Amino acid sequence: MKVKMLSRNPDNYVRETKLDIQRVPRNYDPTLHPFEVPREYVRALNATKLERVFAKPFLASLDGHRDGVNCLAKHPKSLATVLSGACDGEVRIWNLTKRKCIRTIQAHEGFVRGICTRFCGTSFFTTGDDKTVKQWKMDGPGYGEEEEPLHTVLGKTVYTGIDHHWKEAVFATCGQQVDIWDEQRTSPICSMTWGFDSISSVKFNPIETFLLGSCASDRNIVLYDMRQATPLKKVILDMRTNTICWNPMEAFIFTAANEDYNLYTFDMRALDTPVMVHMDHVSAVLDVDYSPTGKEFVSASFDKSIRIFPVDKSRSREVYHTKRMQHVICVKWTSDSKYIMCGSDEMNIRLWKANASEKLGVLTSREKAAKDYNQKLKEKFQHHPQIKRISRHRHLPKSIYSQIQEQRIMKEARRRKEVNRRKHSKPGSVPIVSEKKKHIVAVVK
Amino acid sequence: MKGPVMERGSIESFWKQSIPLMERLGTREKLVLSDLLQPIKTSSSLATVKKQLKRVKSKKTVELPLNKEEVARIHREVAFNKTSQALSRWDPIILKNRKAEQLAFPLKKERAVFAPIEHVLRGWKARSPLEQEIFNVLHKNEQPVTDPLLTPVEKASLKAMSLEEAKMRRAELQRARALQSYYEAKARRERKIRSKKYHKVMKKGKAKKAVKDFATLRKVSPTAALEELEKMEKARMVERMSLKHQNSGKWAKSKAIMAKYDLEACQAMQEQLAKNKELMRKLQAPSESEEEEGGVEEDGLFVPDVVNEVQMNINGPNPWIRTSCTSDTKEAEIQKDPEQLPERLACENSESEGEESPVAEETLLKEFEERRSLRKRPELNQDAQPLGREETQDSSSQEVLSELRALSRKLSKEDRQSRKQQVNSVGAVLPVQREEPDQEEEPLLLQRPERVQTLEELGKEDWFQSTELPRPASQGQQMEKNPNDQPDAPKKKRKEHMIDLQNLLTTKSPSGTSLAVPTTVEELEGEEERDQKQMIKEAFAGDDVIRDFLKEKREAVEASKPKDVDLTLPGWGEWGGVGLQPSAKNRRRFLMKAPEGTPRKDKNLPNVIISEKRNIRATAHQVHVLPYPFTHHQQFERTIQTPVGSTWNTQRAFQKLTSPKVVTKPGHIIKPIEAEDVGYRSSSRSDLSVVQKNPKRLSIRHKRQLKKNSVD
Repeated sequence: MKVKMLSRNPDNYVRETKLDIQRVPRNYDPTLHPFEVPREYVRALNATKLERVFAKPFLASLDGHRDGVNCLAKHPKSLATVLSGACDGEVRIWNLTKRKCIRTIQAHEGFVRGICTRFCGTSFFTTGDDKTVKQWKMDGPGYGEEEEPLHTVLGKTVYTGIDHHWKEAVFATCGQQVDIWDEQRTSPICSMTWGFDSISSVKFNPIETFLLGSCASDRNIVLYDMRQATPLKKVILDMRTNTICWNPMEAFIFTAANEDYNLYTFDMRALDTPVMVHMDHVSAVLDVDYSPTGKEFVSASFDKSIRIFPVDKSRSREVYHTKRMQHVICVKWTSDSKYIMCGSDEMNIRLWKANASEKLGVLTSREKAAKDYNQKLKEKFQHHPQIKRISRHRHLPKSIYSQIQEQRIMKEARRRKEVNRRKHSKPGSVPIVSEKKKHIVAVVK
Repeated sequence: MKGPVMERGSIESFWKQSIPLMERLGTREKLVLSDLLQPIKTSSSLATVKKQLKRVKSKKTVELPLNKEEVARIHREVAFNKTSQALSRWDPIILKNRKAEQLAFPLKKERAVFAPIEHVLRGWKARSPLEQEIFNVLHKNEQPVTDPLLTPVEKASLKAMSLEEAKMRRAELQRARALQSYYEAKARRERKIRSKKYHKVMKKGKAKKAVKDFATLRKVSPTAALEELEKMEKARMVERMSLKHQNSGKWAKSKAIMAKYDLEACQAMQEQLAKNKELMRKLQAPSESEEEEGGVEEDGLFVPDVVNEVQMNINGPNPWIRTSCTSDTKEAEIQKDPEQLPERLACENSESEGEESPVAEETLLKEFEERRSLRKRPELNQDAQPLGREETQDSSSQEVLSELRALSRKLSKEDRQSRKQQVNSVGAVLPVQREEPDQEEEPLLLQRPERVQTLEELGKEDWFQSTELPRPASQGQQMEKNPNDQPDAPKKKRKEHMIDLQNLLTTKSPSGTSLAVPTTVEELEGEEERDQKQMIKEAFAGDDVIRDFLKEKREAVEASKPKDVDLTLPGWGEWGGVGLQPSAKNRRRFLMKAPEGTPRKDKNLPNVIISEKRNIRATAHQVHVLPYPFTHHQQFERTIQTPVGSTWNTQRAFQKLTSPKVVTKPGHIIKPIEAEDVGYRSSSRSDLSVVQKNPKRLSIRHKRQLKKNSVD
């Protein structure tokens, strides 16, 4: 005869330690959970509110410069190291974890116009108003040694920007023309011009490393091919482009920060229409930098704020400002995609979280799960009016706010005028031009 | 032109010939080279000049070189095309990354490298005085500073131990142990094999071996072989006692061995075989017939028992043998007692039927239950349906049918309505204004005053409208037939009465006649009107707009009324089971009466339906415009309705649903994507080498500058 008896595996209901969570057996039958949607909605609402409550993006201010910060550079190998060049020719190297300046160099007389690190992180280059390009060692001078550049190149004209090749011992400067330099030589190995105007910035493509983009003060953006030693194409916009930045994950995409308050994301193969026009700033955009994930970028503006844009959205998802932050001149997104640094007129470098309400430090797995869940809920209910309202709400300084209003009115007036003009003229004589095409003057082959 | 000097005479003749030319010059016509050449052709003395002229003629002029800007432009265009082509290879990857459910950065997985401390320290030197002092101390004490970090004593101790031998010994021991366990395992495995065939084969193998052994033994020592033979004989005798006539028995096998050497044994074998064969032969004939019979039996059960019996008696005299030999035991059983066969078959059939039918009914019941739970009708809630099997079947099928019918009716109705509306707009006089209940606007949160029990009820709204349509329709028809018989709702009657009046108005509108108008015209007009009305009547012969509207309104009212909730649990406080219903008392006790709602806004407006679905408090939380990526509101609703949380999903599903789109590792540098990462070959030559190979165009301006530099 068989005797049947109940047997239970204690593994199913006993916790291993006191600190574990109690195992709760759960019935997932949907008929038993009639209010799942309202409950999730409430959770989403709470998550959104909490996100706004915890949105404290400002982390630190690095002060020490004695003039406005003109340029920033990331260290390619160390997340904690940042280099900055100021308007008085001083270069400082900062340690972000300690939030301290670890080294100060009087690199140039006049502005430090550009700064860039070598791909290996052993040295960095600076250019200044004194028409020189200097190479410095990343490590400080030894005990009792003098602070001296490794190499100095004296040019004929002022170099307004510099960028280093991503893989080889080559760097590019810009000024009157774009010069490609071998690190070992004192004269450029190749120089490319197209038109006669001062070029304000030059950037190497991080993926297809032989490509360069530059922007000049005659409102154009020019692309170059270093290997064929020739410019490729030029696009002329309504106003001057201050700088460009290549997307580190998409080889042919770059974004241009323009004086007309907008940013333009281009596919370099089709320059006649930008892929996206990003507008939200209320003054000239001075700098732009991509997140290393290539999904977002940050822009610094003359309107004393920085904004974060998703690549595929025309509106910013975040705006950062503080009372003391003046015109933001340069901005960088750190290589771990977690932080943003910006250097501004009033001599400070500020460190921000890229995700305003993110918790810093190591998360436990439960925290991580909760974070993911909340994120998903916010995403799921993002179209609901209350949630949208709360998540979109941002405090702005009065100046920016009023300017936004003003510009909205101006834009509306312009639109109205155009509509009226169209109404009262021969059909077809006033064509409808899309916002994307409106700002492109010409593409020169 | 350096030509040979022509002779004077020839020149004269030349000029003589070219007189017509001169004349032409006088007329100011254009001179062509060929005109000049014509006189030359004839004179043979000018051969060299001719040649030169020909050469001049055959040479083409070199085109003017393009200006620099043009050249540069062409260069640029070519270069641009080349680069954009090169860039296009990234398209699929970028597309993939954009669409990816999840991207994990850094893309390239770094392998953790352990740097020994010696390596880390190697590049480091003591520079400051303090450091130098420390190093001095270390050196004095013979402490190692760099590679490897061991003191001399430690090194010596390391050397003293010889691992080699120990390792060897251990390896040997291990091997022995492994072998032993392997053999043990093999033996165990073989013992456990239950396949008879395997063992048979094994035994055969053993027997063969024994035969071989015996042969060798006979040669080596005959006495021992004899003893062996005797042993075998004994075994044979024992075997014969068992009277087995098959080759598979032990005896038969031993005989098979002996047959080689012993005539008798051989004969016995043959005998045995013959007997066996005989038996087999005897057996095979009836077995065939059996099969036939089986076929017949299977085909038709009407074959009488007697026939079977007779056949049995003829063919199979010894049932025992057959039973032992037939392989098919079931058939054998059938053969054993053929009288019982049909009955048994019948009873089996009945059994199987009995088994099947409850199964089928159970499945049907289950289906029905599912359906019911899916679309819980209020009626079903209030009084439990009797659970008769046929009835359930019928009702379910009827349900389907009625649904279909309702759908088709609704469709046709909608058609008609649209047609009617068109006619309305044209100018037909229909006094009743229709207002469709807005079914489109469904609140996402589904908040209603009534108490909701289950998920199904939450999503039931639509169903009410679809299923309840036919019932009121039939009611309406009944009303049409005998409106006086309706016992309920005097209000409704009144309404109908009023609208009937209007109905009359529409159908028989009195033609406005006056005495002043001449009769002929009147007649004409009257005819025209009549014609029109006739036409309209004919066009809308089948349907009654007003009645339809009334029906609709009634439905809307019904649907918006809060419903009673039945919380009865069958078997609670009393016996439960199939066929038992909860008592009336219990049902009364657990029936939650719905509260009387506020009166409808269109209560006193007979011609209007005002939908009361809209909850003003909820609207602030509801989405009013279909958001961008969705093309239909149902899509959107579905995404909202599927829960994400772990309360409603299993752990795995929860993790899958909430996985973030971009994952980054804290503290890791994310480098730009590289061709090697995604499986592309990066260009082999470095950019620098390419640039240095073609320093073709340092710009002219720059060259000038360089020159200046050198001069300075």
